This record gives sequence, C-alpha cells and structure tokens, in this order.
Amino acid sequence: MNVAVAIHDIQRDALPSASEAGPAPKRIVVAYGFWIFLLSDIVMFSAPFAAYAVLVRATAGGPTGAQLFNQVSVAIETTCLLASSYTCGLMSLAVGSRRRAATYFFAVVTFVLGAAFLALEMREFADMIARGATPQRSAFLSSFFALVGCHGMHVAGGLIWLAVMMAQVALKGFRANVERRLFCFALFWHALDIIWVALFTVVYLMGALP
Amino acid sequence: MTAIRYDRAPGEQSTLTEEQGETASGRALVYTIGLALAVILTATSFWVANTSLLWAPGIPLGLAVLAIAQMGVHLVFFLHITTGPDNTNNVLALAFGVLVVFLVVAGSLWIMANLNDNMMPPPELMNLHMRH
Repeated sequence: MNVAVAIHDIQRDALPSASEAGPAPKRIVVAYGFWIFLLSDIVMFSAPFAAYAVLVRATAGGPTGAQLFNQVSVAIETTCLLASSYTCGLMSLAVGSRRRAATYFFAVVTFVLGAAFLALEMREFADMIARGATPQRSAFLSSFFALVGCHGMHVAGGLIWLAVMMAQVALKGFRANVERRLFCFALFWHALDIIWVALFTVVYLMGALP
Repeated sequence: MTAIRYDRAPGEQSTLTEEQGETASGRALVYTIGLALAVILTATSFWVANTSLLWAPGIPLGLAVLAIAQMGVHLVFFLHITTGPDNTNNVLALAFGVLVVFLVVAGSLWIMANLNDNMMPPPELMNLHMRH
C-alpha cells in the first residue's frame, strides 16, 4: 500500500522539460528522421494511387479489374502481410528484452510470411501477363503494375533488410546501432502494411466493383 | 524512472519501465488486440465488397471508411501513435503527410473528372448512350 502511494506521489512536473534537457538521445533522433522518411515515402505512394484512381476505368477495351482480380489470392496475401506485421511487432519486443532466440524465431516467421506474400504477388503478375494483361495493354494496367509493383519492390527491399539485420544481430549482437536499425526496420514494415491496407481496398476491392 | 522527459520516438511503445507496471505480456497484448481488430476490419472489407445485401452505390464509401479505420488501428496498435504530449512531433509530421496525400489524391481525381466533363464532345456529336 505504501509502495503504491509512493509511486503516485512522484512529481512529474518537477522533472526538467525536454527543451531544457539538451539534445534528444540518438535513438529518438534516428527514429524521428526515419519517420519523416516513411511519411515522404507515403507521399510518394500517393502519386501512383492517384494515377490508378484516375485511370481505373481506362481499360482501352482490354480486361477490367473485375475480370482479372482473384479475391481469394488477395485475401491470402493480405493475411500473410498482416500476420508478418504482427510477428514483426513481437520481434521488436524480443529485441527490447534482449531475447536472442525469440528475435531469430520471429524474424524468420516475418521473413517467411513476407516471402509468401511476394511469391503470391509474383504468381498473380505472371498469371495476368500470361493472359495478355501486360502493363502495355491499357492505362489501367500500366497504373496497376506501377502501384502494386512499387509496393512489391518495397516488400522485397524489406526482406533483404531483415536478412541483413539478422546477420548483424548474429555477428555484432544487440549493439545500440544494431538496435536502432532494427527499430527502423519495424517502422518500415508496419508502414508497408498500412500502405497495403489502402492498396487492397482501392485496387482490388473498389477496382473490381461493377 | 528517467530523470528527463524526452519526446517519444515514433513506434516506441512506452517509456514506462517494468517497475512502473509495464509488463512484457501487456506489451504483446497491445499487438494482439491490434491484430484482432485488423482481421475483423479486413474481413468486413472483403465481405462488403462481395455481398449483394448492401446498397451498391454506398459500397465504395463503406470500403473507404473501413480502410481508414484499419489504418488508424495499425497506427495506434502497431506504431503506438498516441495523443500524449510526448508524441506531438510524431502526430504533427503524420498530419502533414496525410494532408499532402489528401491533396494529391483528391486534387488529381477532381481535376481529371473536371477535364473529362469539359473535354466531352458537344451534345450534337454524342451518342445517346453516352448521356449517362
């Protein structure tokens, strides 16, 4: 009882404010800088999104979204990416408490789920191209491949980054700079999932509406 | 207890320590709640897009609402964005990003729809079926 009272009695206002405390720790500066990069990346994504939204009906007599998109495949891709975002969060917790085995385990699960997402997307692209729905066919398909391909490239880059980070954990351990990079990777991976939410809604669900 | 109150890094879950009642299972629970909410919203989105029970013209708006709700769930439960004073910088940067995204997407749609309307051939050249 006395302990609980003591914790509530801590005077938070007695602490110096951030502006009086001097420069913020490198951990916060790095994460904030990466947050700005992620937001600029999302702003970059808004251009292909706008192009797709404008051109979605410009099929030039070619196949439409309703004819091309396989919603079961998209649902599985979404599940893979959502689950990998979750395991990436659990990996961040394992890194925070310095549990090496749990870090490797959740990193492997995140990698496998991300790779499964990418494999399904590649199969979908190959299937569409085999049916004549290439990027050259119509403005709709050009913007579709630009937008979805750009997201897929980000996922592929994230997978390479994750593999590099696991090598760094194995060789260098949980050093401060390795931990900062893992933190930025988690931000990147969660941001990709947010973009995918917008993407499957705008491209696959709205794009297939009659 | 840290002696200095810095702003919270984006994505940082909590500045509380174990002694202040923050447990590892509690932190994992935040991710699990987020996953459950995201799964519910995703499943609803796919159902809304494929059902014939709903009024068809309202479906795009419903999908947009569900997607924005799910992005909010991801921001709160996976990226740990809060309304706290130690998160103001992160929220302001996010708000500016959202503003630019809105301007680019809504502006493009508006301008292109306007151009489509104004570049239509005059009525005497139009076929009957092109009039809506």
